[in-house]
Amino acid sequence: MAHTAVAHQHVDHHAHEHHGPQGILKYIWSTDHKMIAMQYLFTGMFMAVVGGYMAYVFRMQLAFPGISVPGFGQVSPGEYNALVTNHGSIMIFWVAMPVLIAAFGNYLIPLMIGADDMVFPRINRLSYQIFLASALLLLASLFVQGGGFGGAWTSYPPLSAVGEYNQTDLGSSMWLGAVALEFVAFLLGGINFITTLMNARAPGMKAYDIPLVCWMIVIASILFMLSVGPLIAGAAMLFFDQTIGTGFYDPARGGDPVLWQHLFWFFGHPEVYVVLLPAIGITIDIIATFARKKVFGYKLMLYTTVATGVLSFFVWAHHQFIAGIDPRMANVFMVTTLLISVPIAELCFVIIATLYGGSIRLATPMLWALAFMAEFLIGGVTGIFLGASGADIYFHDTYFVLAHFHYTFFPIAIIGSFAAFTYWFPKMFGKMMSDTLGKIHFWGTIIPFNFIFIPLFVLGIGGQHRRIYNYEHFPELAGADMYQLRRIATYALLVMLAFQLVFFYNCIMSWWKGKAAGKNPWQSNTLEWTTESPPPHGNWPEGLPNVYRGPYEYSHPDREEDYWPQNEPG
Amino acid sequence: MAFAKPAATLRSATGIPTGRLAVWWLLASEVVIFGGLLGTYLMFRLGHPEWADAAAHTNTWIGAFNTLVLLTSSFTAVLAHQAAERGDGKTAAKLLVLTIGGALTFLVVKGAEWTIEITAGYTITANGFWSFYYTAAGLHALHVIAGAIIMGIIAADAYRGRELQRVELIGIYWHFVDVVWIFLFPLLYIAK
Repeated sequence: MAHTAVAHQHVDHHAHEHHGPQGILKYIWSTDHKMIAMQYLFTGMFMAVVGGYMAYVFRMQLAFPGISVPGFGQVSPGEYNALVTNHGSIMIFWVAMPVLIAAFGNYLIPLMIGADDMVFPRINRLSYQIFLASALLLLASLFVQGGGFGGAWTSYPPLSAVGEYNQTDLGSSMWLGAVALEFVAFLLGGINFITTLMNARAPGMKAYDIPLVCWMIVIASILFMLSVGPLIAGAAMLFFDQTIGTGFYDPARGGDPVLWQHLFWFFGHPEVYVVLLPAIGITIDIIATFARKKVFGYKLMLYTTVATGVLSFFVWAHHQFIAGIDPRMANVFMVTTLLISVPIAELCFVIIATLYGGSIRLATPMLWALAFMAEFLIGGVTGIFLGASGADIYFHDTYFVLAHFHYTFFPIAIIGSFAAFTYWFPKMFGKMMSDTLGKIHFWGTIIPFNFIFIPLFVLGIGGQHRRIYNYEHFPELAGADMYQLRRIATYALLVMLAFQLVFFYNCIMSWWKGKAAGKNPWQSNTLEWTTESPPPHGNWPEGLPNVYRGPYEYSHPDREEDYWPQNEPG
Repeated sequence: MAFAKPAATLRSATGIPTGRLAVWWLLASEVVIFGGLLGTYLMFRLGHPEWADAAAHTNTWIGAFNTLVLLTSSFTAVLAHQAAERGDGKTAAKLLVLTIGGALTFLVVKGAEWTIEITAGYTITANGFWSFYYTAAGLHALHVIAGAIIMGIIAADAYRGRELQRVELIGIYWHFVDVVWIFLFPLLYIAK
């Protein structure tokens, strides 16, 4: 139907400028990609506060077993399980994904490719509404009879499948329903992102002129779409096992509990890259801007990312080394797992090479971007211990694993989000954030973060098993030295949480009284910096931009200015 | 107030209309959903030769009839696309209604078939084969229902000559629903 599309081409794009719903509806019923991005962002931030609160409660219980936790009370074993399960689920599905992919994808993709909106604005709105419903369903599940689901975010059957085992009949089904709804929301959003990047680019913007962060978000969306399908089928099976008593995962009735592990991790491992890639894209964009230097190896980075994406589909069973899989299969998955560190290392080298010889400006966003690299490296390197099946048999399900993936997910979900937020805050709200407060918040987050998780590595090597409510019940894990490390981690968490108040204060004060940002406060090249801050409905009221060059033409020798916006002719 | 599409929707940097591109990506995501389910079923079926006894109780003739119904409805969907290409929205709408008729016939036959099976005691909890039988066919039936509803909306638009490009899009989706059934039919009915 190409002719239909062509027939519409001559329609003046100003003709569609409608005023839409008025009043409060303007905010909750908008189809504007920037408003939907804000909805995702604020929902994600709210959920991050909930997830952080849960971490506070269970860390208190771990460091001081049996204490009446201020703001919660005494933690029962069931509550403890519900807290750790939902902390994990929330931080991945309701914080990392909505903030990194949905909020920044929504905000940045149309602005960075020079479009006035997503290609399907109403599907975009629907995607957020389904996401909101999923978040509400999850939160509601914490308050039903029996409490929230406590079978870990990986939800392994038979524990998750049988009400008699998990004791949270309703909570488990609601948790599963919430996760399924969240998947639907991100499938809708993902299709929107992919088609928008493919089709709605500004005239002149070729594939290699697209800012890397857009590529990364779209590749992440494709990975998500291709990996989540089997888990959706698996979730339907688990739901039937829970509610109508089928036996998909029950070996006594011809089922197989390990099936869930395969379906879950076939999604779960690519999911790590689904959230990692946007964070890397954010980092590389920020680093190019603040090093005033062209990205070292744009195409290398892109191809490496695709290679990572492809490889990520062949590593999942490294989560199952002790689940009784054939040791020969374990060897295969060990090789693929160690192989995937090659492209990831390459991405890190590209970032380091971009920094080399740049004129580096250490503004707050740049600090976050550099911290992302430094902290993620620790996460990546400790992953090699766990990818090696011999070592993993010892480390499996200890705090070593927990510290490892927090050293990947915290840089991704928290550091990456703060990097993006502080970098694009002037564009989103039209005001500069306070750099001093930003730096206080930065150091107040990064230093305690390491004090939380380095002790947990040590505890993990010492044999501290995960998912234990009270170590007093395990004499060999209840020594004074171990408690000391647990308490260091908990105190560090309290300090880190306290410093988040600085962030919220900075946001509110900067938004209220901050210095006006102007169009392009960081002297950046990409298209979002060529319009007003914040951009009006339709993004470029005076007409959509054309593109003449790639996104990273910094410090070009023939130019007086050290940047060269993509839309500047000549 | 009618929704006004942004300029982004009308751009086509790839040369493929955005709607068609999106439908193909949607189908890619559907392929992995059904792929995961049917792949799982195949692995289980190979590990449980005794499931053939349960499969022997499915009615191949009813399945074959439904295959024929779906194939025919795909044919009317193609004719609707042709009519839409000619700009003949009214004919396209009528042909889409015929396609919906096929969908409804399929669902009615399926409902009758399930009723017979359930009253004979072959429920979803009877054994592993029946669990997969109802889950896979149920998921497919959900797609038939969703497709029929969307087709109704598109037919109503097409009748007034609006959004004719969508007739092709729902056609692509409908062929996919058809193809899934082409996989389900041998896997659930013929393999005994």
